[in-house]
Order: sequence, then structure tokens, then C-alpha cells
Amino acid sequence: MAESFPIEASGLNHFFGEGEARKQAIFDLNLNIERGSLTILMGPSGSGKTTVLTLMGCLREVQDGSVRLLGQELNGANEAQLVSLRRRLGFIFQAHNLHESLTAAQNVLMGLQVHGNANPAKQRAAADHVLDLVGLADRRTYLPGNLSGGQKQRVAVARALVSNPDIVFADEPTAALDKESGHTVVQMLKTLGQTRQTTTVMVTHDNRILEMADRIITLEDGRVVSDRVPKTTP
Amino acid sequence: MSRLLTYLFGRLPIGWLQLSHNKARLVAAVSGVSFATLLVFMQLGIMGALNSSTVAPYGLLSADIVISSEEGNTLTDAGEIARARMFQALGVPGVADATPLYIGNLPFTLDNGSTVSLLSFGFDVSQPEFVSPSIAASFASLTIENTVILDRDTRGMPASVIDALMAGGRYEFEANGNTLVAVGTMNIGGGFLADGMLAMSDQTFLRSFPARTSSAPNHILLNVDDGVSVDTVVERLRDALPSANVKVLAADASAQADLDFMSSERPTGIIFGFGVFMGILVGLVIVYQVLSTDVADHLGEYATFKAMGYGQPFFLGIVFEEAIVLAVFGFIPGLIVSIGLYAGLRAVTGLPVEMDASRAILVFLGTLTACTISGAIATRRLAAADPADLF
Ligand SMILES: Nc1ncnc2c1ncn2[C@@H]1O[C@H](COP(=O)(O)OP(=O)(O)O)[C@@H](O)[C@H]1O
Ligand SMILES: [Mg+2]
Repeated sequence: MAESFPIEASGLNHFFGEGEARKQAIFDLNLNIERGSLTILMGPSGSGKTTVLTLMGCLREVQDGSVRLLGQELNGANEAQLVSLRRRLGFIFQAHNLHESLTAAQNVLMGLQVHGNANPAKQRAAADHVLDLVGLADRRTYLPGNLSGGQKQRVAVARALVSNPDIVFADEPTAALDKESGHTVVQMLKTLGQTRQTTTVMVTHDNRILEMADRIITLEDGRVVSDRVPKTTP
Repeated sequence: MSRLLTYLFGRLPIGWLQLSHNKARLVAAVSGVSFATLLVFMQLGIMGALNSSTVAPYGLLSADIVISSEEGNTLTDAGEIARARMFQALGVPGVADATPLYIGNLPFTLDNGSTVSLLSFGFDVSQPEFVSPSIAASFASLTIENTVILDRDTRGMPASVIDALMAGGRYEFEANGNTLVAVGTMNIGGGFLADGMLAMSDQTFLRSFPARTSSAPNHILLNVDDGVSVDTVVERLRDALPSANVKVLAADASAQADLDFMSSERPTGIIFGFGVFMGILVGLVIVYQVLSTDVADHLGEYATFKAMGYGQPFFLGIVFEEAIVLAVFGFIPGLIVSIGLYAGLRAVTGLPVEMDASRAILVFLGTLTACTISGAIATRRLAAADPADLF
């Protein structure tokens, strides 16, 4: 039997809209992604990158074809199965989506408490440790309103990684950031992912990030048009 | 606060943090709940005063059973009953003793020219066992023609008069063409029933109300023999007396019937009931408004939490946590202000408006329930938090 991949998509189609307005966004996608790799999804706007990410991330119902995530078929999975799968994933959004009423540390803590809260002291220590790793040890008690864009996105990275997810999905995590802080964020994602054997799938337009990838997949009009390894593998 | 709640919930108190983050909204919501609580407290306070006024005269009496005319509404708003019923009742086994009770409203013009009405009770003063010990002691002085005992809370009566009476003095006044002499005071507290009250002998009563006759009192009070069940005697009396036009009730059942009448048949009871309903409605609407706006404002965060794997119970928990926070924080100032307003009302109107623990607990539970219901309705908006929209 072939080695199993954390993400296996086959014959995946996706449609938006009903009746006359029904429009196909993804066409017969077949994709296996290796454990511990950093895969980058590229392509022009509207090519279906986000749709692919939300389908693989259990955020959108699989209509046709198959997605197996961590061994579990998503097509036809019930809400409880999806919820428990999501707890094994980390998400980083274009907007940081931090909770404005929670401090940096509390936002990170939310990534842990989804697994229960039997040991609050240990959880706080873990949250502080990850904040430390993203260089925000001295910003723990800050509310998002008092952090810069790059700092907020680093808190979001910390929140996504704190529970040691099997897979991290990131959709243009650097889009709202200036070049330098964008680079820092991706660098962190990459290093933390490597040390933890996390599989990362990231949508980005940022060319300077491409060289960090293990694999680059380009979509156009809902179809894979190129699937390659970057020239300089780090 | 946050630490306490974290300890209580075993998770971050998101609801509390969210509410306290938006201070303006928190203040608006808490004042809304306080106001609604205050409204309900005021209505209940006045309704409670109405109720205690209604049953206050029972405090004067010491009787097991009351026989009245069907035509009457309450103890003090009663029809007349033939005294012959008293002699019939005395023949029923288990009845120890009986006495007639006369009740009437005596108009009285104060020194300042305004007319008040004094609710007057005429007793057979040879039978002090039918009244509470507090006035039974004064019965001896009531045997003297035209003497009365005056309620201390009589509206418009100068404090000097009451003070003099309490110090053993007398107070002479003209009422209904008759000169009466107050020789003592009593404390009944029936502010809603009349401007004041008088206790007197049946002879004085009949002189003050020339239209009334001794053969037609308003009630007949009965005491039963020791060891006999009041209910049994009530049943026997109902069998023995002609059913038409005669009402036989145990004294406590009679008080309850008066309360039921006042709260359901009289416009005042209905108005206060409506006031309570409006207070609850105002609270419900405010809390719903605040919570649903709050849910709408945080759909992005909730969608993120959903994407992170938080399930429906978590979100319901947040909304209910907010509801409870609003209930508690709104109730406390509402209670404090109500206690102050009760004292003010008492001072100004002389009505027995009192805060008791059971009412405070009842209103708190009501506030909690109303906030929770509003929260439950507000959670319907949670469905709009769709993690697929986040990217
Ligand atoms: N919620 C939606 N409803 C209808 N059409 C959608 C929706 N989301 C995406 N689409 C359409 O699907 C296609 C792919 O979109 P998307 O996956 O967002 O592309 P990308 O992320 O590559 O820019 C586009 O044509 C877009 O208009
Ligand atoms: Mg997109």
C-alpha cells in the first residue's frame, strides 16, 4: 500500500451558485501533499486558491469528488467529525482575525483551550512560550488594538501553531503586511513548521517567499497548470 | 474579575471580556437592565403595598371564620348580612362563639378644610376575644359613648394629635354630625384602603351611621371550639345556612379571596400587573438588542473560533455568559435605587412599600430568566458566522 498523505484530493470539483448562476470553480483536482512539507498555491485572482484551501481545511462542504484529510474522508463527513478535525488544523487568515477584547496571550490561549482546559497553568506557559518564539514575549498583555499589523499577524501565527497542529493552512498571510514583516512571519511559519513536522499549505503572491517552498502549485481557472519544485531548494 | 470568571468557567471569560471591552455598550446595557429591574420593583412594591393594605384589617381581627354577604367584594367593601345568621351559626356544632362586625366609611373634615374618609370598624366591645390583643386592651375605654381609637397613619392628621394621643391624651372631633373622642391609637397600615381608620363600639358605630341598623352587620365573625377543624366547621355552616346570599370562609381564605379580587378585578391590580409586564418587556428588548448587536459585531471572531474547532456549545456559552453578566450587573443598581425609592414613597405617601428578601430574590431570578431568554434568541444570529467566508 502506498504511503498515506496528510492531504489527498482526487476528482475534486466545486460549484458556486444555483441553477442558471451555477458556476464551476474547481475542475477535477487531484493532489497529494506530503507530511512536513511547505506547499505554496499560486495563481491569478479568482483561480480557485481560496476555494481549494477552504475545501481541504474543512471550512467548506465537499460537493463532488474526494478529500481525505489525516485519513478521514471529508465528503459526507458530519459536523462533529469536521469540528474534531478542525482542532488538528491551524489557520492563518489574510486578516489576522484576532479577538479585539483578548490580549495577545489570551488570543493564543484560545488555540489551546479548544482542546479542553484541564491544565490552565501549563496552557498559559505554552502560550507564553510560542509568543516568545514569534518574538512577542514583551507584548503578551497587549490588546490587538495596540499591536502593529506585523505583530498581530505573528500573534495569529502563534495561535495557529500553539496546539501543534498536523496541518497549517495560510491564505495570503502576508498580504496586509509590509515586505519585511511579511517575510518575518513566513520565516517563522517555515521554521516552526519544520521543527514540529507540520504540513503547511500557503496561498501567496509574494515572490520572495517562493524559494522557501518545497513545492509550488499554480492554479488557473480552477485547474492545476503547473506543479514544480522551486529552483533553489533551501 | 476576569480571573475570578476564568476560575468559575474553567475557560477565558470571552463574554465578559467582550462586554467590558466596549464600555459604552456595557454601560447602556447595564443601565437598561437596571431600569427594567427598577420598573418591576416599583410596580411590585406598589402592588405589595396594595396587597398588604387589603389584608391589613385582618390584623385587627382574631377570628377563625368570617360569614359575609355574597354581594360584598372584600372585608372592607362588604354587603350587609342579617344578624339572624349569627344565631343560626351559634347552633352549629363546633362553633364556640360569634360576634357581628360593622364597617363603614366616615367622612371627616380636617382643620385645613379637606375631607378624608375614615374606615370605621364597630365591634361588640364585650367580646374582646375577637380582636387582636393590641386593641383588645383598649376595649374598656370604648364602652364609653362616642369614644374611638384612631389609626396612627391617618392622612392629614397633624403629628401633634397622634403624639398627644400616644401620650395618653384625648382628641375631640366632629364627624357626620356627631362628636367623637379619640382615646387611643392603633397601627393597622392600610394606606390604600382609606385615609385613616377608626375602631369603636357597635353603639358608637350605629350613632355615627344613622342609616345602619344593629340587625344588619357587614360580617359575622366566628371562633371554633378548641380542637375542632376550622374547615369542618366551615363545611357544616355552609350546610346549615341558606346557600343564597351567604358566604362562609375561613379567615385566611377570606383574606386570600380579597387579594384575588383586588389583583384581578380592580383596575389598580390590573394596571400594576401590566406595569410589571412592561418592565419585563423593556428588559427583554434591551438585552436582546445588546446581545444580538454584540453577536453581529463579533461574527468574524466567532467564525475564526469555528474554524479553530470550537462548537456550538462554546458560542452559546459566550452569549449566556453575557446575559448573566448583564443580569447581575443590572440587577444590583436596580435593587439599590429601588430600596431608596421605596423609602421615599413610604415617606411621601405613608403606604407600606417595603423591600423584602423574597421579592428581591424573585426579581433577580426573573432578571436572570429574562436575560437568558434574550440571549437564547440572540444566539440565532450565530448561524451567520461561517468560517468559509473568512478567507
Ligand atoms: N462564496 C462564493 N460564491 C460564489 N462564487 C464564489 C464564492 N467564492 C469564490 N467564488 C468564485 O470562485 C472562483 C474562485 O474563487 P477563489 O477561490 O476565491 O479564488 P482565489 O482565492 O484564487 O482568488 C472565482 O471565480 C470566484 O468568483
Ligand atoms: Mg483568495
